[in-house]
Amino acid sequence: MDYILQPWPWYVSGPLIALVMLILVFFGKTFGMSSNLQTLCSIGGAGKYSDYFRFDWKAQRWNLTVVLGAILGGFIATQYLSDGSAIALSAETVADLNELGFSEVGETLLPPEIYSWENVLSLKGIAVLVIAGFLVGFGTRYAGGCTSGHAITGLSNLQLPSLIAVIGFFVGGLIMTFFILPLIFGS
Amino acid sequence: MKFLKFLLVGIFFGIVLVKSEAVSWYRIYEMFKFQAFHMYGIIGSAVFLGVLFIWLFKKYKIKSIEGKDIDLVPKDKGVARYILGGTIFGFGWALAGACPGPMYILVGTGVFSMFIVIAAALLGTFTYGLLQKKLPH
Repeated sequence: MDYILQPWPWYVSGPLIALVMLILVFFGKTFGMSSNLQTLCSIGGAGKYSDYFRFDWKAQRWNLTVVLGAILGGFIATQYLSDGSAIALSAETVADLNELGFSEVGETLLPPEIYSWENVLSLKGIAVLVIAGFLVGFGTRYAGGCTSGHAITGLSNLQLPSLIAVIGFFVGGLIMTFFILPLIFGS
Repeated sequence: MKFLKFLLVGIFFGIVLVKSEAVSWYRIYEMFKFQAFHMYGIIGSAVFLGVLFIWLFKKYKIKSIEGKDIDLVPKDKGVARYILGGTIFGFGWALAGACPGPMYILVGTGVFSMFIVIAAALLGTFTYGLLQKKLPH
């Protein structure tokens, strides 16, 4: 039981993520989380404004069900399957983040400096979340997939477009991490 | 009832991503700083096994439970949309520390400020839908 309650090492987690993808493929579907954003826009009536949202969203209900399950899974994992241990980040990561003004690094899944209501309800705090979310939503649909659709499924299916997309993920992620985060959080 | 299996897959996915810490902003930061092997191990082992089993599925003509051949739809050809869209996504991924799967999962872990990120992601998707025909693909 201890092994379940402790954080899982990469060589357990990675194969289990592959299993999720393979099960969905075996069910005749595919592993792609960002398509749900398009589906949710379609349900919300976005088809009035663009062909992109005009499709039979009911055929995507299975994927929304996966999302619902994922939310429940997040709840179950934190409530019943965690021993509250801190994230074993590398010492350099902790030092770099301390320098950027982050304290209690790794004690929770997300930094309170970004996600606590106290910070969210400031102009800078809300701008960070809105801009970040917008870039994820816009970028993933432009690229036609996210980490699940391109990095896991696309690469597993040896798709060159997915490799290009993943290179893009890293170009953007590295620029943000090395150059923009220090401007936002460094003082 | 036919949705139950998808609900169970989703629950399993949510648990795995929390227990792997792949939903953690800190782990994404650490990955982009190349300061630990953890995230590379997760993605690398998932892709390694994915390549192997998708190849086996095709080689042995495994049928899905719907009775069809396993045939993942190839991605459309192109470069611009993948590099540009991918880079924009990367900016957001490193800032939010969450991609679409973890966004939903983190709501389940009790981070309700994530609803703001999800709402903004929907707005981003909507904006892409409006501009789709004007963007290079």
